[in-house]
Amino acid sequence: MGNGVKHLLDFQGWTVEAIEGILETADVMKEVLERPVKKVPALQGITVCTAFFENSTRTRTSFELAARRMSADVLTFAAGASSLSKGESLRDTIETLNAYKVDAFIVRHHASGAAHQVARFSGKSTINAGDGRRAHPTQALLDAYTMLKEFGKLEGLKVTIIGDILHSRVARSNAELLSLMGAQVTLCGPATLLPRELARDNVKVTTDIQEAVTGADVVMALRLQQERMNGGFLPSMSEYALTYQVNESLLERAKDHAIVLHPGPMNRDLEISGSLADSARSRIIAQVEYGQAVRMSVLYHLLVGKK
Amino acid sequence: MHYKAQILDAHEMKRAMTRIAHEILERNKGATDLALVGIHTRGIPLAEQLAQKIAELEGIQVPTGKLDITLYRDDLSEISRQPIIRRTEINFDIGTRKIVLLDDVLFTGRTIRAALDALTDLGRPKSIQLAVMVDRGHRELPIRADYVGKNLPTSKTEVVKVKLAETDGEDVVELWEME
Repeated sequence: MGNGVKHLLDFQGWTVEAIEGILETADVMKEVLERPVKKVPALQGITVCTAFFENSTRTRTSFELAARRMSADVLTFAAGASSLSKGESLRDTIETLNAYKVDAFIVRHHASGAAHQVARFSGKSTINAGDGRRAHPTQALLDAYTMLKEFGKLEGLKVTIIGDILHSRVARSNAELLSLMGAQVTLCGPATLLPRELARDNVKVTTDIQEAVTGADVVMALRLQQERMNGGFLPSMSEYALTYQVNESLLERAKDHAIVLHPGPMNRDLEISGSLADSARSRIIAQVEYGQAVRMSVLYHLLVGKK
Repeated sequence: MHYKAQILDAHEMKRAMTRIAHEILERNKGATDLALVGIHTRGIPLAEQLAQKIAELEGIQVPTGKLDITLYRDDLSEISRQPIIRRTEINFDIGTRKIVLLDDVLFTGRTIRAALDALTDLGRPKSIQLAVMVDRGHRELPIRADYVGKNLPTSKTEVVKVKLAETDGEDVVELWEME
């Protein structure tokens, strides 16, 4: 079943079959997580380094737990407590960590393309856990898996992603993956946060939120990245909430069975209403839960059977 | 690889399963707290056949389950080809059961070691017994079967193929020789 892929940096070069393989194995991993002993020896003897140059709660903990559930040793690197503050470069940091006989790197970085550099510097299997605005492939895989669990297929699903598309690696990776798998993706947000060049086959770009949500099977709200909002992108947060918030009245335009997703962390009552986030339509907690199974599957596919 | 001989035909395989069913019932004094767990791939139809046989003999439908051992293989981080993982499906409380594990061929014993690890991660069965269609020898671990359809001394260059109607379209045990 090996798909011959050593890294997961984005979905370039990935086939539908390889992605289906990861999503199928995630089902097996989900079953492992329901056992009394939630651990298998599959990655015994393998050392995985989580190199996080940017803060994260769910992605880092999810990856670390996924690796430990597979019996890998985990080396945790957090930029805040590192020699980066003393001026060490990314390359030197990675080469230092690599000297500890690491077999795989899981990288998060604020710069787009950093994960590619780590793959090159280290020569080891590398998983992109979010790089700048560019890609967050495991988030897209867990979103796809959540949709698959809900609807049994991805092909033909209408998925609407709303919010700060410009700064969102989640939106980019989802558009890449879901369109490859045959879903119809609509990216929607205010004109200043909506890069038109993302439009392509199966990916539509619009500022019209009412139209975007009409007939949707899945509505995903993105976090408004307030730390990146110093460029005059929005008149005010409250105006954004008034126009682009995903809430119950907006959802009336979607299909009756439509579900709501959010990659987290949420700004409640800004990009999504708190009541909708807690409602029966929300699969936000399921996303977190499935994320671990999907990451176990990714580790299996990248690290087993490649010697 | 070339064909050498047929070891068992469909009728002989059926007779072997009937004998194993009798031996299991004899040893466990009935079927009340038994469960049958087949190891992917051919252990699963063998477990189903055995459950049916026990139901005919004893009037009790013994629960069956499916076990995949891939994640427990002791060579997983060293192999060069990634194995497909199948679902483990055991929908009964194994802590209350005597488990009979089913596999088609017993060879080195490493699959069974992995299966024992996988099973005990799911709970603590009252006991675990092992039934196989063919025991071909060459053990690398101290493991033996409790119930054997056919003991077949082989050389290491020989290959034993257990074919089942459910997976291969016919019931037959064959001996092949590696080139």
